[in-house]
Amino acid sequence: MTDTAPRELPLQELSEVVIRFAGDSGDGMQLTGERFTSVSAVFGNDLSTLPEFPAEIRAPQGTLAGVSAFQVRISDFAISTPGDAPTVLVCMNPAALKAQLHHLAQGGAVIVNSDAFTERNLDKAGYKSNPLDDGSLVGYRLYPVPMAELTKTATAELGVKPRDAERSKNFFALGLISWMYSRPTEPTLQWVKDKFAGRELIVASNIAAFNAGYNFGETAEVFEAHYEIKPAQLPSGEYTNVNGNTALAWGCVAAGQLANLPVFLGSYPITPATDILHEMSKHKNFGVRTLQAEDEIAACGAALGAAYGGALAFTTTSGPGVALKGETIGLAISLELPMVIIDVQRGGPSTGLPTKPEAADLLMAMFGRHSESPMPIVAPQSPADCFDAAIEASRIALKYRTPVMLLSDGYLANSSEPWLLPDVATLPDISVDFATEYNGTNEDGEGIFLPYLRDPETLARPWAVPGTPNLMHRVGGIEKEDRTGNISYDPANHEKMIDLRAAKVAGVANDIPALVVHGDPDAELLVLGWGSTWGAIDAAINRATDNGYSVAYAHLRHLNPFPKNTGEVLANFRKVLIPEMNSGQLALLVRAKFLIDAKSLSKINGVPFTSGEILDAITDELGQK
Amino acid sequence: MTNVPTTTKKDWSTDQEVRWCPGCGDYSILTAVQMMMPDLGVTRENTVFVSGIGCAARFPYYMNTYGMHSIHGRSPAIATGLATARPDLDIWVVGGDGDMLSIGGNHLIHALRRNVNIKILMFNNMIYGLTKGQYSPTSEVGKITKSSPFGSVDAPFNPISLALGAGASFVARTHDMDRKHMTKVLRQAHEHDGSVFVEILQNCNVFNDGAWDKITKRANRDANLIDLSHGDPIQFGADNEFGVVVENAEAKVVNVADVGVDALLVHDEHREEPGLAFLLSRLSNRPVSPTPVGVFRSVNQPEYSAGVARQLVDAQAQNGPGDLAAMLRSAGTWTVD
Repeated sequence: MTDTAPRELPLQELSEVVIRFAGDSGDGMQLTGERFTSVSAVFGNDLSTLPEFPAEIRAPQGTLAGVSAFQVRISDFAISTPGDAPTVLVCMNPAALKAQLHHLAQGGAVIVNSDAFTERNLDKAGYKSNPLDDGSLVGYRLYPVPMAELTKTATAELGVKPRDAERSKNFFALGLISWMYSRPTEPTLQWVKDKFAGRELIVASNIAAFNAGYNFGETAEVFEAHYEIKPAQLPSGEYTNVNGNTALAWGCVAAGQLANLPVFLGSYPITPATDILHEMSKHKNFGVRTLQAEDEIAACGAALGAAYGGALAFTTTSGPGVALKGETIGLAISLELPMVIIDVQRGGPSTGLPTKPEAADLLMAMFGRHSESPMPIVAPQSPADCFDAAIEASRIALKYRTPVMLLSDGYLANSSEPWLLPDVATLPDISVDFATEYNGTNEDGEGIFLPYLRDPETLARPWAVPGTPNLMHRVGGIEKEDRTGNISYDPANHEKMIDLRAAKVAGVANDIPALVVHGDPDAELLVLGWGSTWGAIDAAINRATDNGYSVAYAHLRHLNPFPKNTGEVLANFRKVLIPEMNSGQLALLVRAKFLIDAKSLSKINGVPFTSGEILDAITDELGQK
Repeated sequence: MTNVPTTTKKDWSTDQEVRWCPGCGDYSILTAVQMMMPDLGVTRENTVFVSGIGCAARFPYYMNTYGMHSIHGRSPAIATGLATARPDLDIWVVGGDGDMLSIGGNHLIHALRRNVNIKILMFNNMIYGLTKGQYSPTSEVGKITKSSPFGSVDAPFNPISLALGAGASFVARTHDMDRKHMTKVLRQAHEHDGSVFVEILQNCNVFNDGAWDKITKRANRDANLIDLSHGDPIQFGADNEFGVVVENAEAKVVNVADVGVDALLVHDEHREEPGLAFLLSRLSNRPVSPTPVGVFRSVNQPEYSAGVARQLVDAQAQNGPGDLAAMLRSAGTWTVD
């Protein structure tokens, strides 16, 4: 402890803050951001996060390409986005400052690790002169802090070598920001002890660095104030902080329980979907089987094989993987077997931007298979919503015996939010029955099994799994005769089967909630969204309403088929604006299907929409007030 | 295997018209399999035939079991998923040389290295039949076909070498001209716990007629078919006058009279190290000289679906059965009043 009496710094109350931690990819910025998030969650703030990292595990140190950042917004009110612009930017080196400064709000605080601003590092970042003293940061509040040196000093007496001490400097930064925003320290200290249990020197070093950062804020006469953000008034109940990939994995495990079926996942590692495979692989005590296949095609094939055997089957991937799975998905459509394909969309085409989000696989999900191969599409709208979306996709797949595409994206995958945990007893029962009996008779009056005899309501065919006596039958990709499933090249039968498969998928519309309009139903403008744009649109609508605009909003969870009332809803508005992280794919579908002059708001630069961008588009449509 | 009803070939056959060309070698393989099934002690409902695309891949339609005629090359992957999810089933995978070695080559080798409980029957006719006569990955260099009018320049695969190289725990070869031999090999394949690879030399009488004649025709078998028999010296010929020895790290054919029976290689299909089996697979690279048939390798290795199932049992023993409410709280929670 220091012998300096704590100064009486004013404690100011804030309603929210948006902080962006940025550093080299080896600097531990994701971990720092996640810890800050976790403590804030437990403290009771509402929050939303936006991690951003390069595709390289360790890009060259100190370069712009190697900058990794984590933005977190915490608030005392309910929020739906990680914030348009951070008000605090923590930079561990010059490259981070160079790469991230443009995000910072005017007048925002820049807290830098001044030790890293050496000539060499400045040069690597492309600075001709040191921004800390050349006046280029006028307009921001600059706080240079020698984080590396202070960390070394704090850990020296533990016997930590100076080079190793460098690795703890992110905990110094975390300590400093924890002081600045009055975060409880105990959960972080406990986390360090648990995480590095058995490596006592690392535990001691990280704790010393954290405390040094915290105490530095309190005692060094650098900062004018510190802040507190009171807990948000959220609905009462038990919360956890969850990101989209974890919520998806849990949703898949839960769907198996709700369907009373063993879960099978066939997957091949691909950014940003791999964490779903990681998470599902942990839950073997739920009977979850995971197979890391030799390639994307095999992953999908294995899932289809498992579905044929009576499992609730999933395959998880990103866009390039969906392209490879296309032929197998076509087979699943033809075999009319249930499975869920999860596409965590990323920038493309080809390898594109593997770690950046995009939502440009919608048309591939709709049409990316040869011939007429319709399949239902479901999209979650927030990280926690991924849980419900996984269950909904499974429900449709099982009930209608069809592959279903679930479109998440890299933003939902990695960003997190507090989730009011559901009572598991209230989750839907999605179980279905296997066929066990003959369902027809031959000309001699003997019982026979007709594998393509359909349920009159859902048009689903019976699911008779191997091992069921008497129901032996063959299925295949060749066109099947209606009812019997025997090979048929009959022209009329083919057209009938094409129509039946389409009608079955279209019929899902009878079984999904109607599209709900939020805001003013008599407004001139409807903003129509899908997927992860929900948060930014919701925030933009609130701001527009606060500014006196009258605007309506609807969000599509089901993209194929659309809810039955979609056309009716759209027809009620003179203008329809569709923000999408693509070049206008939903807009194209809506224009084609409903013959309305929907306007596309497109953003396709690997960064999610800000609410400001959507607000600007709304005011453009409605005129300045 | 309790209460397996007595069945006949007819019970294992479907009412579907078999649509291979008259005279195709596939007929004799189908007959051999349909006749063998009643003796295996298994039920039709627990048996599944999975295939890809090609002439051979029509096989499931003719078996009165569960079956899936899937897509080109993917049958080993689909069957792997089925076997992993349902270790209780008897799963056979049927395909041709194009299906298994060309478009499906990757799935084949990975299924074999995983040692998942599927029995892969690869009908090798060294030609693409269903697409009407292009060279296949087992066609010889110089093969003249519609897609290689000046002769193929592709070097072919040796399927047995490939399977052994992938670490397959059961590798065998038989041919469509000898039902007894086929049945013997397939029975042994069925008993094996793990992945099975059986190459069945098969005549395509339309696009590659007689391709195997030099070794499988009755008149040529004595001179050119070496029937491997576990525990015996490798000998062949009308009077067992030829034998196989290993010399300079190669398998070679010798006259027994020159070296004596004791110098011959004694076949050990259970040998862990696949090197000798590999040497045997290289004895003839083309079907014009003495070629081994029978079981090259049959070793015990951990079976994949059992390993997966064991992890589930262990996880339940360690953590108890899955508890959804607990899973959702596993990352820590807080309460808002």
